[in-house]
Formats: sequence, C-alpha cells, structure tokens
Amino acid sequence: MTVTDVVKDPANRRMTITAEFGAPVERVWQIWADPRQLERWWGPPTYPATVVDHDLSAGGAVNYFMTSPEGEKYAGWWRVSAVAPPRRLEFEDGFADAEGRPNPDMPVTVVAVTLDDRDGGGTRMEITSTFATVEAMDQLLAMGMDEGMKAAMGQIDSLLT
Amino acid sequence: MFHALADATRRDIVAVVLAQEQSVSELAVRYPMSFAAVQKHVAVLERAGLVVKHRRGREQRVRGVPGALRDVHGLLDQLESLWRARINRIDMILDEGASP
Repeated sequence: MTVTDVVKDPANRRMTITAEFGAPVERVWQIWADPRQLERWWGPPTYPATVVDHDLSAGGAVNYFMTSPEGEKYAGWWRVSAVAPPRRLEFEDGFADAEGRPNPDMPVTVVAVTLDDRDGGGTRMEITSTFATVEAMDQLLAMGMDEGMKAAMGQIDSLLT
Repeated sequence: MFHALADATRRDIVAVVLAQEQSVSELAVRYPMSFAAVQKHVAVLERAGLVVKHRRGREQRVRGVPGALRDVHGLLDQLESLWRARINRIDMILDEGASP
C-alpha cells in the first residue's frame, strides 16, 4: 500500500494524504516537473490530459485540458504560489473555459506538495488539498455532490455511466 | 459537461427552497426552462441530499435540508478517492522506471 496516512480536517476544508514511494525525491519530483509525466497521472486514463503551458516557477502557470472519449475538451489551470525544487510545490488549481480563461463558477482548490527522504530510502510525499473558500465547497455541493466532485476533480469518466 | 454542472440554476433552487418550501411547478415558473428540466435539477439536488421531496395531493413539494451545504465530510472523502487514484497512477509510472 502506497498511501500511508489520510487526515481530514472539515473545519479547515482540508484533506492531507501521505504516500511513500521507492524512488528517490529527485525522481518523484519529475512526475510534477515533467509535463509529459504529469499528463499521465493527473486525469483518469479515459480522459488523457494535455499540458499546454508548464511553468513551475513562483507565479508561473500550468494550463492543460483533458479530452473525453467523444473528443470534448475540458480545460484547467494552475497558478504556482511557491516552489522549491525538488521538495516543495504549492499551487491553486481551477477550471477554465474553452479559451483557457479561468471559470469563476467552478471551485478552486489549493494544493501543497512536500517531498521528503524516507527513512531507509525512497520518498515520502505529502499532499494537502484545501477548498479555497466555503463558496468553493458550496458550488460543488450545489452541483450535486457526486457529479460535481467527480467533474471538478477530473474523475469525469465515471459521469458517463 | 462542466458547463452543465456549473449551472447556477441548481444553486439558486437550493437557496430558494431553503428559504421556503416550493412545489416543482412553482420552481418551474422561476426559470426559463421546461418543467421536466427543473425536475431533473431537483432530482440531482435530492440525490446529493441538499433537498427533500414529498407529495402533497397532486403536487411534488421540495424543501431544503438545512446544514447540508456545510456537510463537508463527503467532499473530503471524495477528495481522498481522487488523490488515491492519482497516487496509484504515479506509482505505476515510477515502477516503470525502476524495472531493469
């Protein structure tokens, strides 16, 4: 089991998940820093992601879209707020319209990633994901919790069933 | 699909029926869409536990569930599922590189 710990903090709208990998920190950092690798895990396999812009410097932007089996495109954006390769990355994660402009009707989450050396080798990755505002959560809930969450978080393949 | 889900109508319906119970017909009058379309929105909200429906005579009445909008546990559970799925995919990518 890769995931070693999950902590949920409803009062602060926050979930923290910790995972361990056999690979060293520099290697695990590449799954974030290399857009071709990021494309392979960010979205579900049925909605492959295409990363258009990928600037992991502070203030930088990552823009991407996912393509449905029918060929529809769903765009998203990151704004990098803090970065310290190869151990730390923090960004806002939101949705965009067809032209890549941020969509204010969709919720924003704040993601913080920390990579540390694991005792005995390998990497410990901690990811904290926080709904930016109470409104962001209410948006999801108002959409219908299951559909809204899956769509907003990229698990859109299950919406087709 | 995102645009459909981001529909402001559902958010408005929640606000309206939290303030006062409405029939589906009364709701349908408020929005520039068919009765069936409003009924569909209500069904989604009902599944999410944000509203409850009951029948009075020939009317379907819709009422908001106070506090449901603050029920963040379910959302955090789904956030966990999302990241577990991503971490599994990351694991597979890292394993490729590790194989001799």
